[in-house]
Amino acid sequence: MSRYFTEDHEWIQVDGDTATVGITAYAQSQLGDIVFVETPEAGKTVSKGDDAAVVESVKAASDVYAPVAGTVIEGNAALADNPALVNDDPEGEGWFFKLTLADAGELDALMDEAAYQDFVSKL
Amino acid sequence: MSRENHNGPTDEFTQARGTAYSHDSDAGEEVVEVQQLPLDSWHRARGGRMVAFAGYEMPVQYEGIMAEHLWTRAHAGLFDVSHMGQLLFSGPDVDAELETLLPGDIKGLGEGRMRYSLLLADNGGIHDDLMITRLGQENPFEIERGAFYMVVNGATKWDDLGVLREHLPDEVSINHLDEQALLALQGPEAVTALERVVPGVASLVFMTAAAFEYNGNPLWVSRSGYTGEDGFEISLPGEAAESFAEALCAQPEVKPIGLGARDSLRLEAGLPLYGHDLDLETTPVAADLGFALSKRRREEGGFPGHARILLEREQGPIVKRVGLIVEGRQPVREGAAVVGADGSDVGKVTSGGFAPTVEKPIAMAYVPVALATPGTRITLAQRGKVHHAEVVAMPFVPHRYVRKG
Repeated sequence: MSRYFTEDHEWIQVDGDTATVGITAYAQSQLGDIVFVETPEAGKTVSKGDDAAVVESVKAASDVYAPVAGTVIEGNAALADNPALVNDDPEGEGWFFKLTLADAGELDALMDEAAYQDFVSKL
Repeated sequence: MSRENHNGPTDEFTQARGTAYSHDSDAGEEVVEVQQLPLDSWHRARGGRMVAFAGYEMPVQYEGIMAEHLWTRAHAGLFDVSHMGQLLFSGPDVDAELETLLPGDIKGLGEGRMRYSLLLADNGGIHDDLMITRLGQENPFEIERGAFYMVVNGATKWDDLGVLREHLPDEVSINHLDEQALLALQGPEAVTALERVVPGVASLVFMTAAAFEYNGNPLWVSRSGYTGEDGFEISLPGEAAESFAEALCAQPEVKPIGLGARDSLRLEAGLPLYGHDLDLETTPVAADLGFALSKRRREEGGFPGHARILLEREQGPIVKRVGLIVEGRQPVREGAAVVGADGSDVGKVTSGGFAPTVEKPIAMAYVPVALATPGTRITLAQRGKVHHAEVVAMPFVPHRYVRKG
């Protein structure tokens, strides 16, 4: 399994031809207290860069983009009742959605963990 | 992911709300020199996350907006509001002269008494909302008895100064106290904490003010605020601000609070924010600020927009500012539309967010008067999605002002 990162602070964990997407620890720390998350419906197809989910903190609403193209398998139902899971465990229990990859080649354009940490350290 | 693009006014609170975690620079953003306030390094040392706000670097949060909000409602929060404009007015008949721009009873204001008022435009629109206090003999500003001390919004202070200077006669002196800091200590335990540092303040009641001292520094302390809680606002020389803030935060009841929680606290308290809930297009009647129009002034007139404002009072305004509790969990924010039965836009949300004490999304909106009665269910539209809300009486959280000592 490999994990990739975007410059928009999403992470994507790939396992075969499926993947799990969420926002990074850095993103949640910058957002602050998360009060609402809207995840995509199963079956929705997304292109790389599409708005796929919404995350709202006390102060601001933000879109979460699809890091790569694919078909949504499921949204994280636990976030409806407990959006603070994203604050508590952003890169684990606070995942947003799972999808089937349309083109695994798109992953090549993303950063690995070391590159992302380097990217964040320069912000 | 990306930060939401706000369509509303781009002044102070839009910046505070738009936590730019991706640090994207906004294309076409006006480049303005951002200044530092007296407590700048103190905020940074305390872990404050600084944002540009009304032309200054200000802390939007320390440990988190939710925790800071709840701490203030339960204990006491210290807010740095030194960006706000602190003005002095003196000269012959200064009270009568100020009444030509403000609709409140300024002549009838006793020494050490303060009032909420509005700086009105000729058409009855609002240049700014403000607090005005008549000073007594004993005041820290070395100014004559009967002069006035006014606090205006940070984002509007320069425009206000222009309007005031243009309309007031040369005999009235205006002094902008731009080296003076302003701190607010708010919450049910504020009186306990401040009394320990500044003995005697507990004798003040809501909307009164007096001179005090801290380590030889003159203070002007009022019992007032912008959270709906009991609390104080303290004006003091900028060079004394750090040691005073440190002394307050050494009290177990006190934590520093950022502008993010200041916004959520004032929203729950039903208090409008200039540039969002009030502007030059809104009148005092539409904004439901009729209490700021005192009886004598309504009858006598002599303030900008008197004829229009009186007509609106008698016949009712077209739209009115109301409070909303939004169904579900998703916040509905500034810029969302109020949708009428035929699907057309009939009003707009001017402030909105998740309310930590109410534990629901709440908002303020201008709606047609036919929809303004508490209990009315209304429809909102935001980013292509429909939301429902109920009109409720404000405040959302009861005020806890201390009116008797």
